[in-house]
Amino acid sequence: MEKQLLHITVNNEYHEIYIKPKRLLVEVLRDELGLTGTKRGCNTGACCACTVLIDGAAVKSCSVLAIQADSKEVTTVEGLADGDKLTSLQRSFLDHGAYQCGFCTSGMLISATALLNENPKPKKEQIKEAIHGNICRCTGYNSIIRAVQAVVEGKYREEG
Amino acid sequence: MIRDFSYFKASTVKEALNLLEEHKEDNKIICGGQSLLILMRQGLVAPKNLIDIKNIKELSYVNFDPKGGLKIGATTTHRTIEKSTLVKEHFPVLIELEENLASVQTRNWGTIGGNLAHADPAGDPGPMFIALNAKVKVSSKKKEHTLPLEEFFVDYFETVLEENELLLEVHLPVIPPKTAVAYEKFNIIKNDQGIVSVAASITVGDDGLTCKDSRIVLGAAAATPIRAKQAEQLLIGQKLDDGLLEGVGLKASEESDPVPDIHATEEYRRELVKVLTKRMVKKAWHQSQALA
Repeated sequence: MEKQLLHITVNNEYHEIYIKPKRLLVEVLRDELGLTGTKRGCNTGACCACTVLIDGAAVKSCSVLAIQADSKEVTTVEGLADGDKLTSLQRSFLDHGAYQCGFCTSGMLISATALLNENPKPKKEQIKEAIHGNICRCTGYNSIIRAVQAVVEGKYREEG
Repeated sequence: MIRDFSYFKASTVKEALNLLEEHKEDNKIICGGQSLLILMRQGLVAPKNLIDIKNIKELSYVNFDPKGGLKIGATTTHRTIEKSTLVKEHFPVLIELEENLASVQTRNWGTIGGNLAHADPAGDPGPMFIALNAKVKVSSKKKEHTLPLEEFFVDYFETVLEENELLLEVHLPVIPPKTAVAYEKFNIIKNDQGIVSVAASITVGDDGLTCKDSRIVLGAAAATPIRAKQAEQLLIGQKLDDGLLEGVGLKASEESDPVPDIHATEEYRRELVKVLTKRMVKKAWHQSQALA
């Protein structure tokens, strides 16, 4: 089957790649662009480990054809930090030990980032709602919620 | 492993209808693809031609007018519906349904038209929309027509849509006076699909007590969302009491025809239909009395 040209901006970098239309966004991010921060967990749309932002909205990159992200802006976990400068959320995750094995962390960070972009002062229930699809098999949910809450409470500032 | 296909992207309804006509022997429409891609990955659906309608902006809208009611374009995402101030004001019952429909990620990308056309009997909007007397607008290149949503679903994952037809819009008429609608799904994991769901609409008469009209719609209790019409009839002209509810629940349970699967047996689903029907009829009745 013929390959098609995909125009995609990932973490502010524009790419043109020839892909088969059946390729999933997670495959293109990981295998074509080498951005392996996005994890492929269940591969059935059930775990949200592969969550990325498309035009600012959190979506599962295993459940979107890459070609459907044509001409769109994608943000992966690699796109959150500015060089070595981590975002408040990333630093809070570190301080609160908001990960155990780390496999769900990139998805959690992206989901929480989408939440805070939309609503900088979410209540605890809203934080839970935003990450409820993101499964953590180490069950470290409480420290993840605490890490987001600490940012909401203003305990972290973005590094200038 | 997803099998290869030819991909076509439509940016307008006209383009989509032309593509569907051109490839009517073997095509599948993709919008958000939140359900379709799972089936394609399992090899259960392997279209030769995939027609992408996700970018048809003219079908992404939520409109309301006091006479006509609510109109939602097929490519409108679930998230757009749940954030819509028009929906919040005129159909608040949809907000709760949408918020519990799936994860935020799925709601951000998945669309209302995709959900309905996928025709999963466990889908949330189907039963609720039928309870709300919804109509759908369908079009081919040659003609456009409107039909009740109730007649849209034909069988398990099957609709009346022909290979060259596209679902354009769902239309919810204004909710009649003294009418309330309640919906609940039973599931193990929050925001997962319902093992059984029930939507009930109750209209009370001028006395504010007697049931004048009712619609009871069952989800995941048959191959398609179905109305429990005999149970509905038991309510007409009656006043609310526990004995009546018991009979209505039982009748709805008899009318259901559940497909057993990994989540629940037929017997368990019938029991859920009984319990949820009683609960939703009671809830809608109380709410309609408060409106009267």
